[in-house]
Amino acid sequence: MAGSKGAGKNGFKVIGKPFHKVDAKVKVTGELKYADDLVLPRMLHTKLLRSTVPHARIVKIDPSRAEAYPGVKAVLLGKDLPITYGALPVSEDEHALAIDRVRMVGDPVAAIAAVDEDVATEALDLIEVEYEALRTITSIQDAYTITEPRIHQYGELGNIHRRQVYEFGNVEAGFADADFVREDITFYEGSTHLALEQHASLAQFSHDGKLTLWTSTQDMHYLHRHLAKVLGLPGSHIRVIAMPNGGGFGGKCDPFNHEIIVSKLAMITGRPVKICLTREEVFYAHRGRHPVLMSTKTGFKKDGSITAMHHRTILDGGAYGGHGVASTFYTGILQTTTHNVPHYKFEAVRVFTNKAPCGPKRGHGTPQPRWAQEIQLDKIADQLKLDPAEMRKQHAIPPNSITANWIRIGTLALGECIDKVVKGSGWKDKFRKLPYGKGIGIACSAYMTGTQTPIYYNKLPHSGVQLKLDRSGGVCVYCGSVEIGQGSDSILAYIVAEVLGIDPFDIRVVTGDTDLTPVDLGSYSSRVTLMTGNAAIQAAERARDILRQAVSEKLGVPGSRLSFADRRVFDTENPEKGMTFVEAVWLAEEKFGTLGTTGSYKPPAAPGKYKGATIGPSPAFTCTASVAEVDVNPETGIVTVPRVWIAHDIGRAINPVLVVGQIEGCVYMGLGEALMEEMTYRGNRNMVHKFPSFLEYKSPTTLEMCDVVTYLVESSDPNGPFGAKEAGQGPQLPVPPAIANAVYDAVGVRIDEIPITPDKVLKAIRAKAKGQEGRYGPTVFPTCEMPEPIIVKTPFEGGDGKAVEREPALSRK
Amino acid sequence: MKQMRKKSNGRLQKAHIHLGVNGEQVEVAFAPHKTLLEVLREDLGLTGTKHGCELGECGCCAVLVDGKPVLSCLALGVALEGHEVTTVEGMAQGTQLHPLQQTFAELGAAQCGYCTPGILLTAKVLLEKVPRPSRDEIKEALAGNICRCTGYIKIYEAVELAAARMAGEPAEPAKESIYGWE
Repeated sequence: MAGSKGAGKNGFKVIGKPFHKVDAKVKVTGELKYADDLVLPRMLHTKLLRSTVPHARIVKIDPSRAEAYPGVKAVLLGKDLPITYGALPVSEDEHALAIDRVRMVGDPVAAIAAVDEDVATEALDLIEVEYEALRTITSIQDAYTITEPRIHQYGELGNIHRRQVYEFGNVEAGFADADFVREDITFYEGSTHLALEQHASLAQFSHDGKLTLWTSTQDMHYLHRHLAKVLGLPGSHIRVIAMPNGGGFGGKCDPFNHEIIVSKLAMITGRPVKICLTREEVFYAHRGRHPVLMSTKTGFKKDGSITAMHHRTILDGGAYGGHGVASTFYTGILQTTTHNVPHYKFEAVRVFTNKAPCGPKRGHGTPQPRWAQEIQLDKIADQLKLDPAEMRKQHAIPPNSITANWIRIGTLALGECIDKVVKGSGWKDKFRKLPYGKGIGIACSAYMTGTQTPIYYNKLPHSGVQLKLDRSGGVCVYCGSVEIGQGSDSILAYIVAEVLGIDPFDIRVVTGDTDLTPVDLGSYSSRVTLMTGNAAIQAAERARDILRQAVSEKLGVPGSRLSFADRRVFDTENPEKGMTFVEAVWLAEEKFGTLGTTGSYKPPAAPGKYKGATIGPSPAFTCTASVAEVDVNPETGIVTVPRVWIAHDIGRAINPVLVVGQIEGCVYMGLGEALMEEMTYRGNRNMVHKFPSFLEYKSPTTLEMCDVVTYLVESSDPNGPFGAKEAGQGPQLPVPPAIANAVYDAVGVRIDEIPITPDKVLKAIRAKAKGQEGRYGPTVFPTCEMPEPIIVKTPFEGGDGKAVEREPALSRK
Repeated sequence: MKQMRKKSNGRLQKAHIHLGVNGEQVEVAFAPHKTLLEVLREDLGLTGTKHGCELGECGCCAVLVDGKPVLSCLALGVALEGHEVTTVEGMAQGTQLHPLQQTFAELGAAQCGYCTPGILLTAKVLLEKVPRPSRDEIKEALAGNICRCTGYIKIYEAVELAAARMAGEPAEPAKESIYGWE
């Protein structure tokens, strides 16, 4: 059995064992502090005045009445924070407070710090703002056709933020080689993270000129840099403390205006300043799943092999750049990582609209195209009368390959994952054999374990760990990673404990504090276990070497013969001969002085050398296969999912119970996106969110959640710590397409638009009954002028990873 | 309800009530419009009770009033005079965790931990009423508590495991819950 591999055979004492998390007990007792649980003496409270209009010039803003209101200590306007910022260096297009223009409902235009929340709220009404409305850009179609006014003055043209075109190999040649070519147009609606914890921040500016910000952020390091830039303080004078997140899912990755605002208000008032967003405000803060319209044209042979793919995407980005340029890449770059694709063309466009900005949500940009690809593969199998599970397995890319777009894949046990879910679900007895209304579907995916490139260009480590050992035998691990519920603090303890032969609960873990902990880039991109884990191994091995030297000398046993286990250091050949770990640390401190080590990690270079080749490559890829069973009521169109089987190549489960938990969470979030979650706006050009509340934004409760049968497949990747790869995002990817494919198996209609809501299912069933196409989904893919593609020869063509040089442009002659 | 009097600045005078909190009698004064959630978190320092919506939609802030689950964001503090409130801080006996707290820790049923206090208290009442609930009964009881991390599966398993242990069985988690299926 998969999980027990790590538990016994390799002689691990900690790795592979189901320890509880180091923070489990403080979580179940309510002891753990989240950002909004913090209180400081003399603390002020902040409320933000937000735009009620989607697109307008600010003609006048008068805060004087609010300033005079009893209990108000400061009013902040856009002009007080004139420096722009944004998650990516290529799109720093945000102001903490709007200066002369609002771009969405919810854009903050003024902030008030007051003695309590009531006073701050009352004073908001006293600020007078006069807007001059601008034409609203509501949709992809609007952004393509309305070039003025522009939401931002930068970008490609009009309201098109970003265009990118890549051709790897020669897709036309690939299509010519195909037996069939089909094009499918699909749409994946946006959704939001809906983390239970509302974003909260508390800032304090001391009289020594130092700022401290306690905040619910996933990406403390990047926030630290943005604060320094916008506030004009040296980074060394800013301390960001990332509090444990009450759920993140990507929603706390961006630097947020409220984080900057409370910092500035603390600097102005000299008092601690706090904010906690309301749930409605969290909906507008958003940065969630981009709505993506896709066209996937694929050439294939009778055996189900793909000869070429031309994949086009258009992302509705909302009002700001955020992580959007990266999201844009991600709507195409991983299409080559499961089914072999020898020629691949990828065109993507991101547009600005007057809506809450989109960004990274679990799977960041890849669930949408993965869904498009997997439902198309199902159609291809259907057309070819092949079993879609077998077809996927037959053409799965082998481990240790480089894809057409120059992504190096290490271990990848996709075939084994497919076998697990096929066998477990009884696929062969069910597929196309269940009664009308019941169906089963399969889909696969692959995902990165961290990105190869940091968000801003640098050659520094992506993750650092410091270890402190003292004469009490105490071991403290310092790392800049941020615990968002995934268990990153625990992973550090498990790994250090394994290397040093001590109990993980003997270790103190200090994370998420820019003053105390070395830089880790943050909890995004499924990077944390791999990168902090490798850094922790290095730091712990260095500490072990120091102890080894001291103990070896004392015992007269060669260092290579010493073992570290069970809180002891001993002679492997004569285990009686040894000493306690505490004694070993004492001895080493006596010999070497104060003990401390560091470890760091930087991913290996990617093989691709073309512009843009740095987005997509990862030290290790996971893969997942999933089978979903559905019940479709043909009278109501309601789809329910009784069970999902899911097999995930985890590399190695450092703690299996946490991995299984991540996978179950992925199935849950995939189910929600597949069937109900929608981030949509009222259709009257006012761009007010349709349902910015927990009640009306539908998400699965216990009554909708399916049973989950999870299989762990361990391929032990050489780049992973103890072979481990990611678990937090990849397993979400195959769930929505498996459900869509199961709906087809159940009632014979294709729902080419996520979420699969009852109205869409009914429309497709009724259309089919009338003899029309049994399908619901978009039929038109709008086009805009696109730049010439960057052409890259594939590895199969003997390419070198660089773009093909074009004829020199006239201007350069 | 006592008559509220306005102070010179136009604000209402603080309400002043006595109530039981986790078995102790406490006396607390607060602005009279405050919810029980706010009184617990802001005036009694019991931040174990969380909030996710403050509109009664997410279940995070569930506490027990006289032993019954109540959404503390929808209850007015002033209405609690003389009542007994149990929060997550009151679940453990000294350093001894409640069996539910123990199994939630063991099975990773608390990922980010933010919805956990409300779920623990709701589950506690379920087990008091139905000592060995079926999976469907657990789902029904927890249908008002949203969790975005776990997909609820580990939560069900933890409730079932705690129920078994509270019934005196030396129960261990199912192998599949820990290692996945073979």
